[in-house]
Amino acid sequence: MEQKKKETGVVYRQQEIATGIFDMWVETSLAAQARAGQFISVYPQDKSTLLPRPISICEADAEHGRLRIVYRVAGKGTKEFSGYRAGMKVDILGTLGNGFPIAEAVKKRVFLIGGGIGIPPMLALAKALKDTDTAAIDIILGYRDKELFLSEELARYGSVHIATEDGSAGAKGNVMDAIAAEGLEADIIFACGPMPMLRAIKQYAQEREIPAYISLEERMACGVGACLGCVVKTREVDHHSHVNNARICTDGPVYLATEVEL
Amino acid sequence: MNTTVKIAGVTFKNPVMTASGTFGSGMEYSEFVDLNRLGAVVTKGVANVPWEGNPTPRVQETYGGMLNAIGLQNPGIDVFIERDIPFLKQFDTRIIVNVCGRSIADYVEVVERLGNQPVDMLEINVSCPNVSHGGIAFGQNPNSLFEITKEIKAKAKQPIIMKLSPNVTDITEMARAAEAAGSDALSLINTITGMKIDIHRRTFALANKTGGLSGPAIKPVAVRMVYQVANAVKLPIIGMGGIANAEDAIEFMLAGATCVAVGAMNFVNPYTTQEVITGIEAYMCRYGIEDISELIGGVR
Repeated sequence: MEQKKKETGVVYRQQEIATGIFDMWVETSLAAQARAGQFISVYPQDKSTLLPRPISICEADAEHGRLRIVYRVAGKGTKEFSGYRAGMKVDILGTLGNGFPIAEAVKKRVFLIGGGIGIPPMLALAKALKDTDTAAIDIILGYRDKELFLSEELARYGSVHIATEDGSAGAKGNVMDAIAAEGLEADIIFACGPMPMLRAIKQYAQEREIPAYISLEERMACGVGACLGCVVKTREVDHHSHVNNARICTDGPVYLATEVEL
Repeated sequence: MNTTVKIAGVTFKNPVMTASGTFGSGMEYSEFVDLNRLGAVVTKGVANVPWEGNPTPRVQETYGGMLNAIGLQNPGIDVFIERDIPFLKQFDTRIIVNVCGRSIADYVEVVERLGNQPVDMLEINVSCPNVSHGGIAFGQNPNSLFEITKEIKAKAKQPIIMKLSPNVTDITEMARAAEAAGSDALSLINTITGMKIDIHRRTFALANKTGGLSGPAIKPVAVRMVYQVANAVKLPIIGMGGIANAEDAIEFMLAGATCVAVGAMNFVNPYTTQEVITGIEAYMCRYGIEDISELIGGVR
């Protein structure tokens, strides 16, 4: 049974895999219960930074008890994390949120779409789909430039298509441009990335009447559903809140795009 | 060693509670904390009807603290009575329900609905800085506070706790108004109104523009106000504001609080409440304190 807990993990290794993008493996008992699409909260040691940083799970190695996170340095907390070396302690809470509904992909042509720092959870998902009987897997990745972090690893699990904002690799533009340029088609979409990308995917999926499962993020405090900080507007009245707000940390972060207002 | 304390005839096994809005109705944190250990669970504010709350972003971190502008999102009293109270009744802890409203009639409606419910006390939120009607409006003027306290006290079946705002010139004036109107206890402080600006986007960091500041950054302000109020009125006080550990809790008690509540620090360390309880016990052992009431108002 999956149980949320806060514990102190140990950094197994860390490296910078693109400018400002760090790749950290943490030894933790939480690895055994991690599912693709879930996240962990990572706590800075600097006491002036109060709140944990929610970071998606990039990969889990249950056998060795290790979790992998790939994150962008965005502020004081992630800057601190980026200085962690092998053997150092790291406080984490997890595993949080619900994963991607992998069973929905059976016999379907699947798009995995990741934009920027939304790419890391796609690796966990791609690995999870390896043992699922899908019809095809196209992995569409959007980057700022030619620093194509994780793209080679993802290529083991499907056909990778790249878009870059500056046109230095793949299609110039965003993931939707790459899909159009290569004439790709799918029956189901799983995606994580910036809000404009998720809005475009929602519209794309609605026009084609296919399901799109998107992973959202929002400013969070508790990460466990108590503070009501990280809500998203929902189409239907939410079963827990009894208003049109769902908690991204506990009800999400993955939603069927048609169920949420972006 | 005796850690029990009493407020308005209600006995608490220890003085440690949760601050409203930081602990839901206990469900989420029951995965981490044994609720039976707590002196009381103080629930998130509940209104007569469901409230949507504010747009996001609703929370932002600040130096040693955080700003929130949740806007009192809540499922309304019907769901609360049906779902949250039965959940809490499974545990051997006191239940304090935080009540919010946009008008006196709203508050009274909730208070009356709770009259026959197995809850121990009612905490009246007249100090939320994040809603446009009600909330803090009642808590910033002594006459308004007197009026709402009196109306609620007349209808309440359980003892009431008026929760005071720090966003006033003289908090003792508010404390005296609540006492004169018949409040059974006081809790303080609610959050301090604050603002954060995102200089890269040149916009407000919270969708609501302003929010309530909480966390360790506000603790000295809270301790000072508890001390002032304790010296101004005879009512028992539930002290809160940035309590992170037993040392902080003991400071509040020495300043005059009978009970203490852990708020924002639940988000930082979900085990904070339990750690505060064991830490207070250790402190009592260390200094040979037989009865925790020796600490209350120990500094004059």
